[in-house]
Amino acid sequence: MQTNRRDFMKLAGFAAAMGVAMPAFARASKLPIGRVVIIGGGYAGATAAKYLRMWSLGAIEVVVVEPNRQFVSCPLSNLVLGGSKSIDDLTFGYQLLKSNHGIQWVQDQVTAIDVDAKKISMTRGELSYDRLIIAPGIDFIYDSLPTLQSAEAQKQVPHAWKAGWQTVNLRKQLEAMPNGGVFVMNVPGAPYRCPPGPYERASQVAYYLKNNKPKSKVIVLDANAEIISKKGLFSKVFNDMYAGLIDYRPSNALVAVDVASKTVTTEFDVVKADVLNIIPPQRAGKPAQLAQLNNVDKRWCEVDFLTYESKLASNVHVIGDAVSAALPKSAHMATNQAKICANAIVQLMAGLAPDPAPVFANTCYSYVSDKSAMHVANVYRYDEAKKIMVSAEGGGVSAAPSEKEGAYAAAWATNIWSDVLT
Amino acid sequence: MKKFIITTAIIGLISPIIVWASDANLEANNVHIRSLAASCAACHGTLGNTIKSNRSEATGNIPTLAGAKKDDIITKLQAFKSGERTATVMHRHAKGLTTDEITALAEYFSAQLPHVPAPLTSQKLRVDHAN
Repeated sequence: MQTNRRDFMKLAGFAAAMGVAMPAFARASKLPIGRVVIIGGGYAGATAAKYLRMWSLGAIEVVVVEPNRQFVSCPLSNLVLGGSKSIDDLTFGYQLLKSNHGIQWVQDQVTAIDVDAKKISMTRGELSYDRLIIAPGIDFIYDSLPTLQSAEAQKQVPHAWKAGWQTVNLRKQLEAMPNGGVFVMNVPGAPYRCPPGPYERASQVAYYLKNNKPKSKVIVLDANAEIISKKGLFSKVFNDMYAGLIDYRPSNALVAVDVASKTVTTEFDVVKADVLNIIPPQRAGKPAQLAQLNNVDKRWCEVDFLTYESKLASNVHVIGDAVSAALPKSAHMATNQAKICANAIVQLMAGLAPDPAPVFANTCYSYVSDKSAMHVANVYRYDEAKKIMVSAEGGGVSAAPSEKEGAYAAAWATNIWSDVLT
Repeated sequence: MKKFIITTAIIGLISPIIVWASDANLEANNVHIRSLAASCAACHGTLGNTIKSNRSEATGNIPTLAGAKKDDIITKLQAFKSGERTATVMHRHAKGLTTDEITALAEYFSAQLPHVPAPLTSQKLRVDHAN
């Protein structure tokens, strides 16, 4: 073990001096210095797998456990509702990721996690690990929305907040809605996955209605006191670009949903919908709950921001939307956390200290039509005193949505998909 | 002159140590900079190899960073940082970086080998997908 570790460090040092990664060189290296099991193959999990293999020069064995055969992107999935993208444009396989980086892949569901014995159970077998990364995404909380608990109810009233058939279902309902129909959607109280996402969705639905069903409208019931992301920009889009089409109602939390009549009761209103889209409140995905790591409000997972190691279990890391952080739960952020985590694990498994001052950037685009988009962008750096990531100077939002930024948003998607999946 | 020769000889003797120490610093710096550089991949591609898509005219404006000249990267980032050069989004990122980080990122990306990334093609969503 000692020799392998030293050899690995020599390789790592050499590659570092060269300033390049050499996965082929690494694949020729000897026994692995340890095994990392990653639960979840979304933006966070897939990225962590790739960069662990790249930066350890193949010295760390990586096994990903993911129940789905395909990756479906949540970013851009609101465009499926607007009609300018199909779900098949956002669906990809894992083949290139696996073969390019020598990642082992198990298509299965995790049923138990034993952090003391350092092993996980799946429906078909067990896996032991030296370090575990849980990248579970989100799970919906139906405690306050019991009528939406069943799969059948979610067919009638889709969430479409995990991209896939739910997205397709909501698009079909929108297409079948008569001109003059009412599309009702909610925004859950923050924090939730993708802060600007619900407002982008309202814009995409309005874009479709404006061009196809101009007598219809969108009612947005927001549990928050105001638009919580890109507020000035979305207000202008709602009031100018889609004047008369979007009825935005802040401080309007859901109280009850009647599925059969598609009627929503809020603290102030009773609203009947032709098409109803309920985005439930969220918490860390099921695997994080299995390991009992969702200690913040029983929803999110507290981690060390230098390593993304859980504050509750050693050698277990949590990344992506499941993390409790005062940071936007975006895809770019999930990949950043994955990279900081992978970087730290490569160091730790070689007996070295992780980067004491991580820095990363977040760029998040929202499309307000088929072609126009706007951004919010920030650099975040680790604050040693507060022990969290804080915004650096210079962050902010677009002056206005534009087609130029729409093209950049498309380029963002193309490049991040390739970064995560090849 | 004699003093100079002696000093030079001493530096010569200890220089392997200096080199070793600077390698260790380089390694530590590389660990910091490689994850920051990886953050740029969302638009600039893995290790700075940007994917240029035919479908999107703006990708032509997103430069490939792999193998770019170090001084060019520094000049551009500094111009974004100072506000001398306008952008849709790059000024936000450049302003958040320190001058040392800009230099280290330029060194890192200029040392990467440029190549055309393997194409990723989308597929039909399978009926058994969970959501």
